[in-house]
Amino acid sequence: MTKQEIEKKVELIKEISGCDPYKCMKCGKCSGSCPAFNEMDVKPHQFASYIVNGDIESLVSSKSLWKCLTCLACIERCPRSVQPGKLIDAARQLVERERGGDYLHAEDIPELLDDDVPQQLLVSAYRRYRR
Amino acid sequence: MKYSYYPGCTLKNKAQDLDVYARRAAVALGFELEEIPEWQCCGGVYPMGSDEIATKLSSVRALNYAKEQGQDLITLCSACHHVLKRVNDDMKNVADISDRANNYMGLDEPYKGETTVVHFLEVLRDRIGFDEIAKKVVNPLTGKKIGAYYGCLVLRPGKILEFDDPEDPKIMEDFIRALGAEPVIYPYRNECCGAYSSLKEGGVSQERTKLIFDSSEGFGADMLITACPLCMYNLNKSEADSKIPVYYFTELLAEALGVKEGNS
Amino acid sequence: MQRIGVFVCHCGTNIAATVDVKKVVELVRFEPGVVFADDYMYMCSEAGQEKIIAAIKEHDLTGLVICSCSPRMHEKTFRACAEKAGLNPYMVEVANIREQCSWIHKDREEATEKAVILARAAIAKVNLNTPLQEGESPVTKRALIIGGGIAGIQTALDIADAGYEVDIVEREPSIGGRMSQFDKTFPTLDCASCILTPKMVEVNQHPNITLYTYSEVEGVSGYVGNFDVKIRKKARSVDMSACTGCGECQAKCPLGKMGKIPSEFDRGLRTRPAIYMPFAQAVPAVPVIDRENCTYFKTGKCGVCAKICPSKAVNYEQEDEIVTVKYGAIVVATGFDIINLDKFGEYAYNESPDVITSIELERLMNASGPTGGHLERMSDHKQPKDIVFIQCVGSRCDDEKGKPYCSKVCCMYTAKHAMLIKDHWPDTNITVFYIDVRTPGKNFDEFYRRAVEQYHVNYVKGQVGKVIPQPDGSLLVQGVDLLDNKQIMKKTDMVVLAAAVEPNKGVRKIATMLTASIDNNDFLTEAHAKLRPVESPTAGIFLSGMAQGPKDIPETVSQAGAAAVKVVGLLAKDKLKTNPCTAKCDPMFCNGCSTCANVCPYGAITYEDQQVRGPGVNETRRVAVVNNALCQGCGACTSACPSGAMDLQGFSNRQITTEVDSICR
Ligand SMILES: Cc1cc2nc3c(=O)[nH]c(=O)nc-3n(C[C@H](O)[C@H](O)[C@H](O)COP(=O)(O)OP(=O)(O)OC[C@H]3O[C@@H](n4cnc5c(N)ncnc54)[C@H](O)[C@@H]3O)c2cc1C
Ligand code: SF4
Ligand code: SF4
Ligand code: SF4
Ligand code: SF4
Repeated sequence: MTKQEIEKKVELIKEISGCDPYKCMKCGKCSGSCPAFNEMDVKPHQFASYIVNGDIESLVSSKSLWKCLTCLACIERCPRSVQPGKLIDAARQLVERERGGDYLHAEDIPELLDDDVPQQLLVSAYRRYRR
Repeated sequence: MKYSYYPGCTLKNKAQDLDVYARRAAVALGFELEEIPEWQCCGGVYPMGSDEIATKLSSVRALNYAKEQGQDLITLCSACHHVLKRVNDDMKNVADISDRANNYMGLDEPYKGETTVVHFLEVLRDRIGFDEIAKKVVNPLTGKKIGAYYGCLVLRPGKILEFDDPEDPKIMEDFIRALGAEPVIYPYRNECCGAYSSLKEGGVSQERTKLIFDSSEGFGADMLITACPLCMYNLNKSEADSKIPVYYFTELLAEALGVKEGNS
Repeated sequence: MQRIGVFVCHCGTNIAATVDVKKVVELVRFEPGVVFADDYMYMCSEAGQEKIIAAIKEHDLTGLVICSCSPRMHEKTFRACAEKAGLNPYMVEVANIREQCSWIHKDREEATEKAVILARAAIAKVNLNTPLQEGESPVTKRALIIGGGIAGIQTALDIADAGYEVDIVEREPSIGGRMSQFDKTFPTLDCASCILTPKMVEVNQHPNITLYTYSEVEGVSGYVGNFDVKIRKKARSVDMSACTGCGECQAKCPLGKMGKIPSEFDRGLRTRPAIYMPFAQAVPAVPVIDRENCTYFKTGKCGVCAKICPSKAVNYEQEDEIVTVKYGAIVVATGFDIINLDKFGEYAYNESPDVITSIELERLMNASGPTGGHLERMSDHKQPKDIVFIQCVGSRCDDEKGKPYCSKVCCMYTAKHAMLIKDHWPDTNITVFYIDVRTPGKNFDEFYRRAVEQYHVNYVKGQVGKVIPQPDGSLLVQGVDLLDNKQIMKKTDMVVLAAAVEPNKGVRKIATMLTASIDNNDFLTEAHAKLRPVESPTAGIFLSGMAQGPKDIPETVSQAGAAAVKVVGLLAKDKLKTNPCTAKCDPMFCNGCSTCANVCPYGAITYEDQQVRGPGVNETRRVAVVNNALCQGCGACTSACPSGAMDLQGFSNRQITTEVDSICR
């Protein structure tokens, strides 16, 4: 990515999320709360610094985009109102808004279903994993 | 009192129990659920992006319908409750989202978050009162030790949902007490069940539900109640040794009120 | 017509970098009344002042306008300078072209234009200024200290030792404050009561100190040098002069054995009787009856304490007593408490008795505490083998759950706690979750390092997300180690929370009574953060201890001494100069409507019948009269007066409208 592209993406993430990554004091309360911590490569307390430092490339290609459960624990507990869960959601949307960025493909869905899958699971996974 | 009732897709399909028992209990408790005609799916997750408008419109339609009826909007499903309350908050307090959504909607009178969204449990607590409910219980669930499983969506973000203290909620415990059973408080009651990750990979929700069962069972619960169909699914799929039965809270309510085998 | 001199200061580059100082001089030269204008690098300097004095003499000036920094900084300086040259100091006006102009603007042209406008307004005003004379008021040579913690105690002792009389008003039954609850104190680890008790006793015995414990300030009127303070002495139900402090009553009170009344002093970790002294070394050593819980007050039955008291000191009939005392100065030393933790459910404080606050830990480690100094879990009274400390609970928060500031003392007291525990029970495993370890101060970082290097306390950089009580009675701490980038699941026996400090409840009420300002966090504001740190902006009110901001005992004691010096400096004067810029009523226009007295915050306005004579009027009628000693010149009355009779000397309605006119010209 060129410098301009990076800056554009940083601005976009800030805009979509409505969060201020500069407020993060790296206390780690988010990472101490996150149920998906072990699944993630970039950890919740790092979301803000990746954005502040312009390392968007690593952020958008991280597994964390798809591992966050949107449980909102970090959003509830962050003492600085950074709301890292919103930051990673915005990064995920950057990916999905580009073609082919989806984590879930329509043709794979039938195979994933069992008799009990509630509609809520389908629509939420659909909303979270693809455009 | 008459409420505009937003059941949501899951209650029409896999979670019919949640819906049916709620309707019977409402009759017994003297309030009316008037289903919103032609409601559309809320999307299951709240679209967090500040620029996501289209995905919020189905909620706005339901909210506006309730406004037109002059009724409060009631929901049962944790996810619908979550999405509707947050979209309502956007419509009320986030000018940019509100303006853009209203542009799409093209209503005669713009919708500005006038509707009050309440969860069924909030109606029980704040409008009927758990003391009143206790008086109407005919089959007290005496001796049952019940753990409330809240999950995420019904509680967080606490500031916007204003449902209960997101870290130390009490509403379901008070509900359990009103039915004559004993609530079991355990620390995982507001921890995530793995949510939608279970569609593609089940590992995380297996891990999470095991923690939830280990903790609730460890503290002596012999059953759990929930308000969320997705939690219900994930808990049911759990392979934990400590697994205990899980019910929708409305089922126990209907049972205690003696209307479980209703004719509706 | 005035002969006005205008002096424009460069303030180094502070002003000159943004304002074209020379141009200002050139433009104001032609304003009405101006006969002289000049600029200089530092107007406030010795040489700058010489320049002003020379100009006054040479050009026969009758008024001065200094275009410089805020009048808060140097108005005094320039007034004194004018006086030296024989000019009435109230003929000087300061146009603030620094804080209100050069510092906040970037564009040089705009800033210069604004500076000229500000100067013009000041010139217009000076054209209407009249010489004013300062009055005098006497000083009551007695000080009041509100709050009897270590801050109040030290301030009182220092003032009393200097030979002045001091009263302490303490809300609780005993003085001592937080420090009396502690076991040992950093950085030297001396025992808190060993160093505090002697001071408490000294206060009690000092001939110049009067103690009002179990008392509260109810009302304050008056002004610097002459405050009238109403003190409510709550009914103790025990006669102070008869009681010998034998303690029989508290031992025999039947409620003591029932264990229902939580002891405030022990933070609810043990219970107390209804007649009680908060702790053994209480000063005064006289119990109080907690009437809300006492059976006699609730039902009229019992009366055991009165029966068994060998000195017949118990008196159920005692009533609250209100005394009014005059003071020259008041010191606020109301201290702090820790925040309520209800909003931090994730740490399970309300859920588990083994999650405690640091103050509770102090009680648990104190030999006179509920466990006799034996550290144990409140759930099963077992000694914890593993303890986790969580720092910054509610400090450094951006949201309404917590406080935005660093509480400053917790990093140090946690290191203290860890070392004390390790000293007594070396095989205890201790982990501290921290965001930053903040230990500036003499011998402070060394102290913390000792905890790590000598005592092997495990410091983990990262926060705890949740404390998870386990069915087996232990606690699972879910946190993160940021340096290892690992989530940690740590089983432990006890969790100690370093909860944020906050000003004591009730400080708002006190501040309102004193018209002393407080900040967004309810800490008392100082007159100048750097140069007047122990004075409130309200004259005669001084600050001591945590009430002003987070600080440890060494800092509190230094501040307490500093406040005492300021108080002594005030009490040493026989008379105070009074501000001549007070309100004045023109009886010709006043119709005695009482509007002004209703808005005056200082009670300076009264009414009297006066003979009013003028064109077409000759009658006796009720008119307002201002007491110059009480009036603070706030101007509330002048803007409220419906008939324009009230005017503020030095800031008359005409002067202000002229200023506005010249700005809008
Ligand atoms: C857990 C813990 C451990 C600590 N350990 C140490 C240590 O080891 N070393 C160290 O240097 N510092 C330590 N500190 C800091 C220390 O407690 C403070 O620096 C010190 O107590 C401040 O004294 P103070 O007199 O300002 O306040 P306080 O001690 O709070 O005293 C204020 C007094 O004013 C009274 N009061 C309040 N409101 C009113 C009112 N309206 N009317 C009348 N009276 C009123 C209160 O009852 C109280 O007696 C510790 C703090 C904590 C929380
Ligand atoms: S995002 Fe919030 S919780 Fe996470 S490290 Fe930053 S300040 Fe702490
Ligand atoms: S919202 Fe996502 S990042 Fe935040 S705690 Fe939950 S799973 Fe982790
Ligand atoms: S009131 Fe009487 S019994 Fe109680 S301490 Fe005083 S002298 Fe002793
Ligand atoms: S002193 Fe230490 S523990 Fe206390 S708020 Fe400051 S950094 Fe946090």
